[in-house]
Amino acid sequence: MAVPDPATAHATPLKPGFAARLLNWSTWAVIAALFVVSVQQTGFGFDGLAEGAVDFARFFRRLAPDWTALPQIWAPLIETLQIAYLATIFGTLLGLPLIFLASNNTTVNTPVMVVARSILTVLRSIPDLLYAAILAPILAPGPLPGVVALTIFTMAVLAKLTSETVESVDPGPLEALKAVGAGRHRMIMYGVLPQISATLTSYVLYIFEINVRASVVIGLVGAGGIGNLLNRYLSFFDYGGLGALIIVVFFVVLAIDSLSVWARSRLI
Amino acid sequence: MSHITFSDVEVTYKTGLVALRGATLEIPRGQFVVIVGLSGAGKSTLIRTINNLVVPSRGDVAIDGRSVTKAKGQELRKLRSDIGMIFQTFNLVKRSSVLRNVLAGRLGAVQPLRGVLGLFPKTDVALAHDCLQRVGIPEKAFVRADTLSGGQQQRVGIARALAQEPSVMLADEPVASLDPPTSHAVLRDLKRIAREDGITTIVNLHFIDMAREYADRIIGMRDGLVVFDGTAAEATDAVFEAIYGRPIDEERDLRGRS
Repeated sequence: MAVPDPATAHATPLKPGFAARLLNWSTWAVIAALFVVSVQQTGFGFDGLAEGAVDFARFFRRLAPDWTALPQIWAPLIETLQIAYLATIFGTLLGLPLIFLASNNTTVNTPVMVVARSILTVLRSIPDLLYAAILAPILAPGPLPGVVALTIFTMAVLAKLTSETVESVDPGPLEALKAVGAGRHRMIMYGVLPQISATLTSYVLYIFEINVRASVVIGLVGAGGIGNLLNRYLSFFDYGGLGALIIVVFFVVLAIDSLSVWARSRLI
Repeated sequence: MSHITFSDVEVTYKTGLVALRGATLEIPRGQFVVIVGLSGAGKSTLIRTINNLVVPSRGDVAIDGRSVTKAKGQELRKLRSDIGMIFQTFNLVKRSSVLRNVLAGRLGAVQPLRGVLGLFPKTDVALAHDCLQRVGIPEKAFVRADTLSGGQQQRVGIARALAQEPSVMLADEPVASLDPPTSHAVLRDLKRIAREDGITTIVNLHFIDMAREYADRIIGMRDGLVVFDGTAAEATDAVFEAIYGRPIDEERDLRGRS
């Protein structure tokens, strides 16, 4: 009968190797060091937070909404939604070709794929607020720089997310279409799109949600929409108007989010 | 004149695996050829060199004297549009309708832009329905492909290949995912259609009894080499034992009657 040798039976699997343990300890050490340095340099402190809390309570009382501001709020709010909507549509149209150029199973050739992926990485590394801040003075403050900034964001994020989906589609139908003599575009239309359409739609809706929230904020740097009004209320200390605006934005964003979440749950 | 000509075809994959070690074969028009051998013997590789899905590292495959191996771009797509192919896993677009899957067989023939936009000529749509009729499932045209049974899905695969109006049909283990009665029904359909249309057909199979029943000619492969080439009558048990390198195993090598 085979009796396991106690020496070899125990030795191997129990303890992680020395290198693994070192990595573990050094990881924690780095996290702790960064924490200490960050606290010191930002001057983060709970006393400041406590003082702020008192101010916040006072500020919050003054935020009691002044509903006479409502007529002022509607037009820029609708503009904000239109910015998000246009950017989602333009970004999707511009992003679609990039999706397939950036996926290893649908690209033209490797150099094209590398270029497409590099463009996406560069575009994504710049935050949308920065695009808006740069574009607002160039294109004149207003909705246009907002649309362009969020279009770039939509294009880059959609292409990145979806190209991962494209790369994981069932390769069988693609082989069959190749065997039929179909070219790249026909393979994408018939073999890839039917496989990814539900996920693609879900991503587009999700990015629209993000764009609605982002288009509120980018108005602060002059890119049109409700952010402009928000800026004005803040600088004129119109806390009543600010209160009304915050409540309206909260409910509109909540409504769009829930609608989008519901629609996405119906897909796939 | 031979329809498909293999001249010393060799395939070495990027991994260094030599899948095909110099195959030279002539297949006349209209012949129903079954290729047998263990998995890894090079059957799939051999039939994929016919439509250049696998590119030979040496040698040449020609159809009617025109090299498929050397063809590129549009010329290659044109040659492929004359070669139907069916697969072990059917390779249908599961979320698309049966009709759309069959119409995909026209993609190599239709103008590229019409194909991308899905604007098929009426004659193509009629042909697609006709192909479904021929494989016995005309009523399934508008259902989603993944709602069909395995045997029905493989019939859609055959209909898609037929929609190409091909002169060559390739079938890579077409019944390996099906039960025995369905396997026989699908192979009977394939053989009947090949006879009716005079399509040169090359089928990979590993079941000995099915190979003997349907083949005009059996080609045996082992380790990337053609080790047998003859009629079904000539392919005795001894021949199969040589091809498989072991005694015949009832379980693995025979599929049984329908």
